[in-house]
Amino acid sequence: MASLIEGRTGSWEVVIGLEVHAQVVSKAKLFSGAATDFGGEPNAQVSPVDAGFPGMLPVLNRFCVEQAVKTGLGLGAQVNLTSVFDRKNYFYADLPNGYQISQFSQPIVGKGTVRIDLADGSSREIGITRLHLETDAGKSLHDQHPSLSYIDLNRAGVALMEIVSEPDLRSGEEAGAYLRKLRSILRYLGTCDGNMEEGSLRCDANVSVRRPGEGLGTRCEIKNVNSVKFAMQAIEYEARRQIEVIEDGGTIRQETRLFDSGRGVTRAMRTKEEAHDYRYFPDPDLLPLTLDPAWVDRIRTAMPELPDAKKARFIEVYGLGAIEADILVAEREVAHYFEAVAEGRDKRLAGNWVTGELFAMLNRQGLDVTRSPVSPDALGELLDRIADGTISGKIAKDVFAEMAETGARPDAIIAAKGLRQVSDIGAIEQAVDAVIAANADKVAEYRSGKDKLFGFFVGQVMKATQGKANPGVVNELLKAKLAG
Amino acid sequence: MSGGLTDLTLAAARQGLKRREFSAVELTEAHISAVERVRPLNAFVTETPESALAAARESDARLARGEARPLEGLPIAIKDLFCTEGIRTTAGSRILDGFKPPYESTVTANLWAAGAVGLGKLNMDEFAMGSSNITSHFGPVVSPWQAKGGSNRQFVPGGSSGGSAAVVSARVALAATGTDTGGSIRQPASFCGIVGFKPTYGRCSRWGIVAFASSLDQAGPMTRNVADAAAMLGVMAGHDPKDSTSAPLPVPDFEAALTGDVRGLRVGIPREYRVDNMPPEIDRLWELGIEWLRDAGAEPVEISLPLTRYALPTYYIIAPAEASANLARYDGVRFGLRVPGATLDEMYENTRAAGFGAEVKRRVLIGTYVLSAGYYDAYYIKAQRVRTLIARDFDRAFERVDVILTPTTPSAAFAIGEKLDDPLAMYLNDVFTVPASLAGLPAISVPAGLSEDGLPLGLHLIGRAFDEETVLRAAGVLETAAAFTARPSL
Amino acid sequence: MTLDKATVARIATLARIKVPEDEREALARELDAILGWVEQLNEIDTADVPPMASVGHMTLPLRDDVVTEGDRADDILKNAPAAARGFFTVPKVVE
Ligand SMILES: [Mg+2]
Ligand SMILES: [Zn+2]
Repeated sequence: MASLIEGRTGSWEVVIGLEVHAQVVSKAKLFSGAATDFGGEPNAQVSPVDAGFPGMLPVLNRFCVEQAVKTGLGLGAQVNLTSVFDRKNYFYADLPNGYQISQFSQPIVGKGTVRIDLADGSSREIGITRLHLETDAGKSLHDQHPSLSYIDLNRAGVALMEIVSEPDLRSGEEAGAYLRKLRSILRYLGTCDGNMEEGSLRCDANVSVRRPGEGLGTRCEIKNVNSVKFAMQAIEYEARRQIEVIEDGGTIRQETRLFDSGRGVTRAMRTKEEAHDYRYFPDPDLLPLTLDPAWVDRIRTAMPELPDAKKARFIEVYGLGAIEADILVAEREVAHYFEAVAEGRDKRLAGNWVTGELFAMLNRQGLDVTRSPVSPDALGELLDRIADGTISGKIAKDVFAEMAETGARPDAIIAAKGLRQVSDIGAIEQAVDAVIAANADKVAEYRSGKDKLFGFFVGQVMKATQGKANPGVVNELLKAKLAG
Repeated sequence: MSGGLTDLTLAAARQGLKRREFSAVELTEAHISAVERVRPLNAFVTETPESALAAARESDARLARGEARPLEGLPIAIKDLFCTEGIRTTAGSRILDGFKPPYESTVTANLWAAGAVGLGKLNMDEFAMGSSNITSHFGPVVSPWQAKGGSNRQFVPGGSSGGSAAVVSARVALAATGTDTGGSIRQPASFCGIVGFKPTYGRCSRWGIVAFASSLDQAGPMTRNVADAAAMLGVMAGHDPKDSTSAPLPVPDFEAALTGDVRGLRVGIPREYRVDNMPPEIDRLWELGIEWLRDAGAEPVEISLPLTRYALPTYYIIAPAEASANLARYDGVRFGLRVPGATLDEMYENTRAAGFGAEVKRRVLIGTYVLSAGYYDAYYIKAQRVRTLIARDFDRAFERVDVILTPTTPSAAFAIGEKLDDPLAMYLNDVFTVPASLAGLPAISVPAGLSEDGLPLGLHLIGRAFDEETVLRAAGVLETAAAFTARPSL
Repeated sequence: MTLDKATVARIATLARIKVPEDEREALARELDAILGWVEQLNEIDTADVPPMASVGHMTLPLRDDVVTEGDRADDILKNAPAAARGFFTVPKVVE
């Protein structure tokens, strides 16, 4: 499993730790009553608290705390009943107070784990170091004016969960799997919408390389990578860059780098890398946050089934394979859809249809499963018609296409188009007899051992019945009659 | 004097209005004239006579309808650290140049809702950092008091609530708001011969008060007698959900606490407050205070507050540390002064260099240093540990006594221009007031006598957390016994 | 001296206050005197003493997740030394 990179001088191991900033799903900000909606008019979702006006004070949003606790429990992590909000001091144009309210020495959530699922069907545990609550900064727009940056504080003060992993990841692929899994868990919990394009989920990657078995190398931090694909690219690029530097006799400088997605490269930030000294100290405007253990327990008992548990259940109860189960549990809505279709029906058939026809159709139409034109109930009805022999699987695909286009129910389509499968033995027997009579030579060949011709006879019968003959009946009759 | 209207106590003015002896407009006009007359004291940063008169007219209407509120029609003034909606708020600093808050502080909102009439905003040490009122960007406030013997030396009113102390003492406002971080209500009250009361941390909301040191800042009343302090505090105080450190407690009837009865009250006399070089007149006043309370039936008890002398250095780590972060928001981006620079960082550095005065810079730099990597544990955490011990000392003392009596300051007011070159000498002004600040306890300064030079001296009472009533009761008895009637010459 | 000229320059940069070269020496002496004075706290044994977290014995209050503020961009911007098109503006930042 060790995915090593071959350099000119031998093999290298990549060590990756990820810091993910996940925007908490909430109506109001972490410490003010301003709205969190995305894309409002500039500075319209700003209270004087968010703008750092003199004398303004923070008051903590209870729901954001609940969301962090829920997420902590979802990561199998320890929830700290006492945590502290600190001020992280630095100057930046979109940081109104001159400090971010964050949690440094006593975060709300401690150590946990995330299990990542890899393409070959294997899984691996990745350690979570901590999760803490903090405020987002505002947004700086650098491309609006030749000599000015424009500042919008709508995001300033929005609650973020910073989720820090242990340096347990060993490749871009693993990092991608980690991000997908984390996103999946957050969306299951409803604590973060996971929308990377809108910046609700942002990732900083700490990347270093070393000879296998040696101590950690100097790391570089790649900032603000805004898609899973870019994170994987950035890490792969950065690892190769570092290996090249070292193999050329250079050393890695600890620095912050940005990923240029257009060119697929990382580059050092241009702003001068003054020694950061954040001067964390407990925010005297806030007291330590203490959680009632009974309240935490209530959140615990109300936790939804998470992807790992669901996957295990799908494999065990439904007999699905690991990879198919991974696909079905990645999004809670897909899993719901699948379960609604599979309820009381053939689970494997349901799985095949959801991951096959349904996904292909949604993909083509650019829809997610919650906006599918085919409801789980309608798809279930279609599967019932296959099961009761009304239509064949092949005809079902045509019916499904019609359902996706018109939204009509399968029964209505089958009736209107006369697609009902012929299971009447008499009618099929007639067709079989006609085919045998018309192909005496082939019958002789078949009987002398050319088994492969069986498919030919099936095809001829189906053609004669316009595909509506029940394939099972056709097979049975043909076999009997050809056997002579 | 305009018919003595400015000479009234809050309580007497309230009576006079109720009995229609004068109108709120008359009372306000008399005070507006006084404001104009004392301009040489430089006590106001902003005068608001028009809005004062408008408020007074509304008060007269309410009085006529019999709908008077607790402070109906009473002219007061506000330290310029309280944000006032639409009215320039400076914190005594250049860096807030032109700032008009789009909100009203909770404490001032409470006062306006109770019918008080605002005469304007009062000068103060820049960002409340000082004990003399000489650090204000708007120039020093001159004390209305002069020394005996006719020399024309000008004295400081104390600070940082120096403008507040000066106008209440000079009969320009019936009362004023102050804020106290290490003594900024009590020390100027003592220097100007008035009552200054810092309530328990959490009693008054900090929302809308420009922050200096968040874990210490507390608003309180500055008045000419103890009963007025009780009346003002009753209106200023109260739980505010917008301030996470505001105490969710009901506001007691503070005026009712003034029973005049201290029989059996145990009064702690901390031996460590007898500091080196304490002038004999301070010591004598303290002895006098002990006697007054004993004569009234209280029981003086010698106590020990062993860490007293470490309170000041503790304070001078914690307060600058908090201030260094609280003042980071003054960056020339969203309000106040901006001095241009080629880059964002240059703009910051130019703005903050021009906008902050020397004392503010000194404290921001000290605060930055004690929080910086490698020094945080040695300074900041160490100071917070000592602070725990100082609070424990008080807890232990209050197992044996009900209130603690000390002098307010180690000396009377000094002349403007003195102690300028030595910040440490200036810091020593707060040696008796800082310990209660660190422990968050209520403490009051009551005018009790005059120095040999004829300048006011105060006595200081410290109470248990949220036991303002006992502090006020003992203060009332001290006030009666002291019978302080001296008035400033101006 | 624990706090020298170079340290003044470093903390002045952290605090974003321009301190001209010719003022650093004097400021260093002043600040160093204050630090020397506060160091008397080292005389106190504080082993096993927790740093004070808050003076009140209160718990942190929590707010409901309700939108109560906003839609006042004019109020937020009207004190700004520089603004354009609803944004605050600052000298351009290059990342
Ligand atoms: Mg980070
Ligand atoms: Zn963060």
